[in-house]
Amino acid sequence: MASPGKEKPEVVFDHGVPVLAPGHSYGSVTDKISAIVLTRGTRRGWWIGLAISLFFLMLFNLSAGYLLAKGVGIWGIKIPVAWGFAIVNFVWWIGIGHAGTLISAFLLLMRQRWRTSINRFAEAMTIFAVICAAQFPLFHMGRPWLFYWLIPYPDTMGTWPQFRSPLVWDVFAVSTYATVSVLFWFVGLIPDLATLRDRARHWFAKRAYGVLAMGWRGSAMHWKRYEMASLLLAGLATPLVVSVHTVVSFDFTIAIVPGWHSTIFPPYFVAGAIYSGFAMVLTLAIPLRHYYHLEDFVTSRHLDNMAKMLLATGLIVAYGYMMETFMAFYGGNQYDKFMMLNRMTGPYAPVYWALIACNIAIPLTLLWSARIRRNVKALFVLSLIVQTGMWLERFIIVVTSLHRDFVPSAWGMYYPTKWDLAFFTGTIGLFFTLFYLFIRYLPMISIFEMRELVHKTEEATV
Amino acid sequence: MPSLRSNNSPKASRLPQRPLDLAAARQGNQTEAGRHFWRSLEQLAAEANASNLLSNEPSHSSASESGVSRRDLLRLMGASAAFAGLTACTKLPREKIVPYVNAPEDLVPGQPLFYATAMTLGGYATGLLVESHMGRPTKVEGNPDHPASLGATDLFAQASVLTLYDPDRSKVVIYDGRIGAWSSFLTAMTSARAAQAASRGVGLRILTPTVTSPTLADQLQRLLAQYPEARWHQYEPCGRDNAREGARLAFGEYVNTIYRFDRAAVVLSLDADFLCQGPGSVRYARDFADRRAVTGPQSEMNRLYVVECALSSTGVVADHRLPVRAGEVVQIAQDVASRLGVKLGEGRSESSNASRWIQALVRDLQQHRGSSLVLAGEQQPPLVHALAHAMNHVLGNVGSTVIYTYPVEAHPVNQLQSLKELVADIQSGRVEMIVILGGNPVYDAPVDLNFGQTLLKVPLRVHLGLYEDETAELCHWHVPQAHYLESWSDARAYDGTISIIQPLISPLYEGKTAHELLAVLMGQEGATPHDIVHDYWKERTRSENFDATWETWLNNGFIPNSALPAKAVTLQAGFAARLQVSPPQAGGGSEELEIVFRPDPTVWDGSFANNGWLQEVPKPITKLTWDNAALISIATAERLGVTNQDVVRLTWRGRQVQAPVWIMPGHADGSVTVHLGYGRRRAGSLGTGLGFNAYLLRPSDQLWSGLGLQVEKTGESYLLANTQSQFIINAHGRHEELESIVAARRDLVRVATLAEFRKNPNFALDPPEQTTRAPSLYPNFQYEGYSWGMLIDLNRCVGCNACVVACQAENNVAVVGKDQVSRGRIMHWIRIDTYFDGDVSQPLAHNQPLLCMQCENAPCEEVCPVGATVHSPEGLNEMIYNRCVGTRYCSNNCPYKVRRFNFYLYSDWTTASFFGLRNPDVTVRSRGVMEKCTYCVQRINRVKIQAEEQNRTIRDGEILTACQQACPSQAIVFGNINDPGSRVAQLKALSRNYGLLTDLNTRPRTTYLARVRNPNPEIET
Repeated sequence: MASPGKEKPEVVFDHGVPVLAPGHSYGSVTDKISAIVLTRGTRRGWWIGLAISLFFLMLFNLSAGYLLAKGVGIWGIKIPVAWGFAIVNFVWWIGIGHAGTLISAFLLLMRQRWRTSINRFAEAMTIFAVICAAQFPLFHMGRPWLFYWLIPYPDTMGTWPQFRSPLVWDVFAVSTYATVSVLFWFVGLIPDLATLRDRARHWFAKRAYGVLAMGWRGSAMHWKRYEMASLLLAGLATPLVVSVHTVVSFDFTIAIVPGWHSTIFPPYFVAGAIYSGFAMVLTLAIPLRHYYHLEDFVTSRHLDNMAKMLLATGLIVAYGYMMETFMAFYGGNQYDKFMMLNRMTGPYAPVYWALIACNIAIPLTLLWSARIRRNVKALFVLSLIVQTGMWLERFIIVVTSLHRDFVPSAWGMYYPTKWDLAFFTGTIGLFFTLFYLFIRYLPMISIFEMRELVHKTEEATV
Repeated sequence: MPSLRSNNSPKASRLPQRPLDLAAARQGNQTEAGRHFWRSLEQLAAEANASNLLSNEPSHSSASESGVSRRDLLRLMGASAAFAGLTACTKLPREKIVPYVNAPEDLVPGQPLFYATAMTLGGYATGLLVESHMGRPTKVEGNPDHPASLGATDLFAQASVLTLYDPDRSKVVIYDGRIGAWSSFLTAMTSARAAQAASRGVGLRILTPTVTSPTLADQLQRLLAQYPEARWHQYEPCGRDNAREGARLAFGEYVNTIYRFDRAAVVLSLDADFLCQGPGSVRYARDFADRRAVTGPQSEMNRLYVVECALSSTGVVADHRLPVRAGEVVQIAQDVASRLGVKLGEGRSESSNASRWIQALVRDLQQHRGSSLVLAGEQQPPLVHALAHAMNHVLGNVGSTVIYTYPVEAHPVNQLQSLKELVADIQSGRVEMIVILGGNPVYDAPVDLNFGQTLLKVPLRVHLGLYEDETAELCHWHVPQAHYLESWSDARAYDGTISIIQPLISPLYEGKTAHELLAVLMGQEGATPHDIVHDYWKERTRSENFDATWETWLNNGFIPNSALPAKAVTLQAGFAARLQVSPPQAGGGSEELEIVFRPDPTVWDGSFANNGWLQEVPKPITKLTWDNAALISIATAERLGVTNQDVVRLTWRGRQVQAPVWIMPGHADGSVTVHLGYGRRRAGSLGTGLGFNAYLLRPSDQLWSGLGLQVEKTGESYLLANTQSQFIINAHGRHEELESIVAARRDLVRVATLAEFRKNPNFALDPPEQTTRAPSLYPNFQYEGYSWGMLIDLNRCVGCNACVVACQAENNVAVVGKDQVSRGRIMHWIRIDTYFDGDVSQPLAHNQPLLCMQCENAPCEEVCPVGATVHSPEGLNEMIYNRCVGTRYCSNNCPYKVRRFNFYLYSDWTTASFFGLRNPDVTVRSRGVMEKCTYCVQRINRVKIQAEEQNRTIRDGEILTACQQACPSQAIVFGNINDPGSRVAQLKALSRNYGLLTDLNTRPRTTYLARVRNPNPEIET
């Protein structure tokens, strides 16, 4: 257990930009963050954003309902491309979630104090992304009402999942991830919920936050247990950052399809996940700090650090692409070689080159510049580009590998249908609906951790 | 469903005005608002347009999306009936179930029975054994004892059982578009008969398709005796007039030709697709393939030369193929004939540019006197047939590879002439009553005869047909025809063998046979078709113990020794002089485009248009489904500036149709092939409106080809649903044979010439680094008893599609429709891949049937999360439908992509008439589950149970998979590979045996025998 007092000021200050703007006291931090939930009321911008999100959520409900009524034939999947948008989106959403866990758990263990002000909403993002991701493997099944057959439970039919299949591993990986993420997030919320309970005026808000705060009184024993629990959960969650996407990558690597069957996938999937996840955190953080005037808490130092994370993980991803290409030619396997040539020159070549542009060419050249890293607008655009690129990467992996595999007579082209698009944009609606509700009803920045940061900032400047 | 039927029928008042123009049709629709079924309007408009093809959007629109489909309608009706039931809460209606008082002999529930019968196509019979489950015919097999079948069938026979249960079949007697009754038909016929009797039948005309049935012919003769002035006409749109006239040209009389491919070492086909089309093709494919069984370096094999226009199934098999325009075949024939020593007249044109090819061919034929064979295609003019006869004479083949007999037809005539006479008679007003016994001349008669409008001049028109088709629409009386599986009749096979056609089931609807209708015309109303056929033969044989004989015939499926005896023929004296008459097109300008009409390889002349199995089976080479197209060569496409799916306007001799283009590798340049049988207006809910109607271009004087075609681009495009896009069009618009190149690089199809094979018999073996199996942590599973395996001989496969349809029938494989096919969701468990090799304009093509390989290390099995696909202790890769949750991972991981997924509820669970069709031993799959070839596990288990009951092991050859049983050329062999004596094990031991993608260590149980070609060393080195 670390004693906070021994932190060095260098950790707090970097390049002259603090992780917390000077001049804040315990009270001002608490006021500023809790006011968003309690006193400032509902803004028109929030209503508009929620309305748009709800529209897409309804689109999701519609497309899921139609899917259940008609079957997965409404999508563009076919033989040979039997997995399409659903799996692309699943991997993309799961990947996005990774940054949240990395920030909240991994950086906690690494004592990266700058994580404090972004960790709460990044973790919320994780949970919502996992919720969105979970829709796809569920609904992409031919008979989704039988999803529980993938779960080992004693039944009278004497059936049992087939544990050699990575899809079963997926069930465990994703459900574990979701459980740990929710627990970690909720445990971290408890002290803040107590703060809100104490400050709320409306009787319902008092009760609601009171129930959720689970009797937190801020006693030393509470804090001791809290610290212990959050460290343990961080210890549990940290390996998940690596394991979940590794298992997701097994969905592909276990198969014999050229373009899937590759040992490089686990690390390169994890790096890609964190890459897209940090891009998503940036996409969310930049408007949030602007609209809720949180520039004091989410400083350009944060943006700079996250941009560096982008750069680092992006380089790993680029290395993955390089090795994948190299091995396809060096390995001497004619199917791999054909697959790589087909990616680069075949019918989906524009998608491949767009992916290279979005994931490698644009971000990895620009992010070296400190000016770009501190330029809010540029970072926002870059974060969107990276997310697009990572989505395209999954499309390339899933679709181009399948569309021309071993027997040429079975080749075919995959085109998404309007229902593919509706389902995907629907999950974006689901994500933002949850996110809008989150920023309105829960503190989007951890209040008590910010108070801790105030304490340390004061200590450092004294 | 009486109400439905009456809606679907044309209004009586409109009848005499047909055909109408669009404006008139619109007006008619307005005045009769509410009484008019909407589909008819579209049909009228289409008729006025003469290009009903392009009503569909070029996008992914399907027939089912363009309105209320039959299934939807039935579904709605079913739902409303169910809701109606909810309101009443009544008890279920009481139905009495009476057990058999006298149980039928041999009928054990769950055990199928097989009955012998025969199916005719173009009049010619193929002997069949039909599987019956509790009185329901479900599956057609060939009759192993019948000479035209030898146990195999073509795809038409396989699909015929679907037509039996087709809910669109005509069900009731129709009079003037309304439901009539058989009794009122009888009344009407009584008065008509009286009128005709008074005039000795001067106004009576009977129109039939080709008749080989002795009973029917006898009835017709007696009818003509009763009404001496009446006339009997025959017409078949894709008939054998050319063959008949060719024989008459050569011999002065009609004769039937039988080919003995089992004796032929060198075969020259002049545009004859003899392996897949025409009488006896099933038998011919078998005989031909038997001469290509190469077991070792010492084996001999026959050699096939094909001269043809569009690449046919026979052309794929050919060792040498010369693509020429259909009209130039006659020049080649003349050239070859004169070099062989046939004395020709003066008019013939001298040699063509392919002379080296022809010289080599001629030498080859001359070296095989008596064991060579020249045959001409049905669609080639009589001259070519006569030349073929003459060449066979010169080569001494008559009596060895070519046998002549008396005609198989009961009354051979020039059918086109016959139809023309009928039209002339109608137009001069001499015809008072016409009885059309089957056939659909309004749709398929030559366009210049204007048969539809002519027909309306006949005061009384009677039609017997399976469907209420275009002809039925224009007739006063339409009588539903009994399907052959509901009928008593008889027919002759290609060699004259007579089969008794016996019904498997009594007519599902009010179906009547032609025999019954003729009996009515002769005043014998009560006669049943059984009695008519039975009594005819009883009278004819005059046997003491006829009933026992009759039973034997029925049991065997044919009358023993009824094949026609060989007949001596002599070439006519004036033969050479006749040959001076070269057809006008022979020397035509090479710049002019040629149009070539051919029967469709799957819907034939259009009579199978409403058969979903035949519509969806990918046509050979093009792999198109649900449509016909204008087939052209690559060079012609480039010349015209068109590519696949471009819509062109075909203008020929003042008539137009619009057709989508499809590029066919190996097609002759300067020629456009169109298939007949599409563009039906009244085929039924499936077949109506598919494709374009090529009959609208087809005049009576140039039935099969002609020059002077104009092709214009319209700028539109039309979606064609094909299942294997052999040509990838890259960004520059160039056609590449990418798939074939990749397939060749991956050694999927292994081919060698006979010389290469002799030099290196192991050419097909995998390279040594692949044959050493990848190490495994686990020991191999030891198969104690059976271990099933399959072998497909690429040397034998002719790509006829019989296996595809047989599998569909056996395994309840669903039809998905054009839209789903175009989305890559066809459900066939077996597909026939075609790859091309060599020069783009004259490629070699290779067929490769592909089905589940039943891999020993199956990639599908280990990725299924619920264990829905598992390995059986007999080596089968089994699919457990009710365990499948539909993740489709297995399909992704299948390197052969032979798994099929039910993306929607493809199986028709609502149409009641299909319930009877289904094989009760095979699950009807629901939505969201994967399916694939099972090696017909239900057949394995049936035989296994029998063997276990008898306390023995299964004998080799006792289990036949559906594809194997149907295969005319016996390319598929199945059996126990654990038994070294089994046929499959022995063939797998041949050096030609290879597995597909064995470098993946999948260890497929289905393997192939590499193809060996036998090119003439003089042409190809």
